[in-house]
Amino acid sequence: MTALLDVSELTVRFGSSQILHGVGLTVAHQGVTALLGRNGAGKTTTLKAVLGLVPRTGRIRLADEDITALPTHAIVRRGLGYAPEDRNVFASLTVTENLELAARGSGPHHYDLVYDMFPELKQRGKQRAGSLSGGQQQMVAIGRTLLNDNRLLLVDEPTKGLAPKIVTEVADVLARAAEKVPILLVEQNLALVRRIADHAVVLEQGSVVHTSAAADLLTDADLTRELLGVA
Amino acid sequence: MSTLVLLSLTGLGLGALYFLVASGLSLIFGLADVLNFAHGLFLSVGAYGTWWAADRLGLGFVPAAAVGVGLGALAAVLVELLLIRPLYARPIDQVLVTVGLSLAGVALLQAGFGADPVTFPKPAWTEETTTVLGATVPNDRFLLIGVALAVLALLQLFLHRTRFGLIVRAGVEDRAMVTALGINVRIAFTVVFAIGGAAAALGGVLAGVYYGDVSPGQGTSLLIFAFIVVVIGGMGSVAGSALAAVVVGLVQQFTSYYAAAGVGEASVVLVLAMVLLARPGGLTGRTA
Amino acid sequence: MTKSAVLTSPAQTDPPAAAPAPRRRQLLRRALPLALLVVLAILPYSTLDLPALLPGPVNSPGSLQLLGVCLVFAGLAATYDLLFGHTGLLSFGHALYVVLGSYTVNIAVTKGGFGLPAALALTVLVGLVVPALLGALALRVRGIAFAMVTLAMAQVAAIAVASDPGRLTGGEEGLSLLPSAIPDFLAGIDNTAHLYWLALAYLVLVAGAIGWLVDSEPGRVWAAIRENEQRVAVLGLQPYRFQLLAFVIASFLAALGGMVHLFLMGGSSPQITTSSFTLGFLLMVVLGGAGTRWGAVVGGILYAYLDHRLGALGTSEAVAGLPGFLRAPLSEPLFVLGALFIAVVYFLPGGLSGLSTRIRGDGR
Repeated sequence: MTALLDVSELTVRFGSSQILHGVGLTVAHQGVTALLGRNGAGKTTTLKAVLGLVPRTGRIRLADEDITALPTHAIVRRGLGYAPEDRNVFASLTVTENLELAARGSGPHHYDLVYDMFPELKQRGKQRAGSLSGGQQQMVAIGRTLLNDNRLLLVDEPTKGLAPKIVTEVADVLARAAEKVPILLVEQNLALVRRIADHAVVLEQGSVVHTSAAADLLTDADLTRELLGVA
Repeated sequence: MSTLVLLSLTGLGLGALYFLVASGLSLIFGLADVLNFAHGLFLSVGAYGTWWAADRLGLGFVPAAAVGVGLGALAAVLVELLLIRPLYARPIDQVLVTVGLSLAGVALLQAGFGADPVTFPKPAWTEETTTVLGATVPNDRFLLIGVALAVLALLQLFLHRTRFGLIVRAGVEDRAMVTALGINVRIAFTVVFAIGGAAAALGGVLAGVYYGDVSPGQGTSLLIFAFIVVVIGGMGSVAGSALAAVVVGLVQQFTSYYAAAGVGEASVVLVLAMVLLARPGGLTGRTA
Repeated sequence: MTKSAVLTSPAQTDPPAAAPAPRRRQLLRRALPLALLVVLAILPYSTLDLPALLPGPVNSPGSLQLLGVCLVFAGLAATYDLLFGHTGLLSFGHALYVVLGSYTVNIAVTKGGFGLPAALALTVLVGLVVPALLGALALRVRGIAFAMVTLAMAQVAAIAVASDPGRLTGGEEGLSLLPSAIPDFLAGIDNTAHLYWLALAYLVLVAGAIGWLVDSEPGRVWAAIRENEQRVAVLGLQPYRFQLLAFVIASFLAALGGMVHLFLMGGSSPQITTSSFTLGFLLMVVLGGAGTRWGAVVGGILYAYLDHRLGALGTSEAVAGLPGFLRAPLSEPLFVLGALFIAVVYFLPGGLSGLSTRIRGDGR
């Protein structure tokens, strides 16, 4: 069976500096694929390039359909959910409005699922998203991706800057979500990766330097240190 | 006292005109990042369209105004689709194209309708007056204020009660994220242009009522004050535009009366300078 | 588009010392303006008749005045390009300083009883102080807001002139320059050639000054600000000061242009206060190619020429034979210029000088 997402020769330039040098990776039909690497390796740019949010060259296939030339909104409508690194919730909109905006097409829209995972979002429905805490904003950002029947979620550093208690909560949600939909996850928190990731792809200076099962990478302390600079 | 009432209502009437032009300008800039110099042209299309429908087709004021507003919206949609849309990757060029369009448009109006003002077909009752708190106030002031309030209410309904409005408000904040939610934000651009064009055209109709005539350059001079209103109010905020329009209209009217003609306009620019020095993002605090 | 035009200007991308062919080209690039200057300088001695292009023989007063106006506009366009093309400041209020130059000299002489030298000295002072004050204020804001503030300032000037305070400006009528104040060598229709040379001298001064400035130390900072203002700030240089310097120099040179314009036209006209006049500078610069050595000059000449001659074209027989819906717009210079401008933005990024680079195939 071919991969769900098949990225090859993905290249991104900003002005004179090149961020990605022909990245190639695949995401399986099931489970969590972790995209790892040091700061500035090009993880966030890879996600944005897949979505067409930055100008790029290369080839991107989703379930055997070439989506490279499509505009961002059309790519997303093929069944992608995106939770960006900085959450990018709409600060002046209420929590409910943020979710309503994300509800695509005629549905079905799984408000029940979202409110079940994040009861707080229901209670705070009328609150402006800009006045939420970082953790609550992350709930909105992930909630947006769970609202629709997506084929793949792109989740960028969901635990960045969150309190430990909230990290656990977010990890639980992602683990639950991963049972239903595959996730391409960018994450620095290796404990979280260990817990939920099935596959690992490591980027270094805009190129893929390692691909394996997540367990193979993370059980090899030397390799982990070499590639990620941490044990 | 009666002078104060008359000046206030006239200032509010002027503010109403500015608001009608500025609200669309502000939304277009906030959502699409287009500084639309051609917006004055939509105003002129509305004014001349109404004049044409009344004069040549013999329509009454309200149907003629509806024709003018429709033409203004149509012009705005055509400008967005044909001229602005191909340039969304080149923001400076968009400004340049709208500047060229505003100059060419005024020249075209001049070629079509002559450089001299044409008398606007305003309804008779706008020429009468009403006594308010001892002041004799021309009725057109009430028309201006009433229409602007209605447009403000409709815009708020649109922005807060419809899905397109939700997309517009979100897009003003973060356009890229809106597309990353699977929404084709370009369609919202066209909608905003249509709304802005209609509002500006309505402003053109009311300017015709207020000044009594229509001339090719009228749109451009109102546009400059609308720009000032947009900058003071904060780009992308309809409520900010409304507030700034009231401030600008009142300041202009009062200083013109108590100082001299021309001082009114100068003091408006002074207000602009003070606001920008204190809050570079405008009154509503959003940065452009 | 303007950025790419700027980056590919031949002056910046040609290697300083290269193979023989480019060296010859470089020689040509130095010699060509000089040769053109000589031709322009001796034009008033030519009796050549170009009936379609000029109102009379080249040395007739009508033709020389038209040519002089073209040269002044070329110089003014170059001063605007110093702001827009070289420093990246989008101003919509540049006309204000032309107005300042024209009306200050005129009012001082015609209404204030100043002698011409004193009036000129006063205007030089005003032409430095006013831009310094207004620029210091306007540059507090960035980008679009800066454009709006400058537009608003120019609008105040327009209203001030139109309202004729103290009967100083002549309002909508404009203000004719007191004939007795005009020096003999510039007075009268027979001396149009001298006015033409005055305009040429102004253009040479402006082009020389700006050419020298953009190659100087501040010029390099201006270029860096245009490319990336934040990076300049990170380097410890204050963009604000350099922007203000560019603003004051450009405005001052525009005020000088206003003086020349005054002598050429024999008076000050409120036409130079209109928004279409101030927006016209943007058209000139973009038509010719922003941020290039000669783009603004070419654009200024083209704009001024078309602006003045298209009116005549509108009444010409060729156009008169056209049906009304075509004839009327074509007789409006600003319609033709606006449409031409839009076409250039779409199809000719980099303006006319971008076109010449593209044809020669160098610089890219």
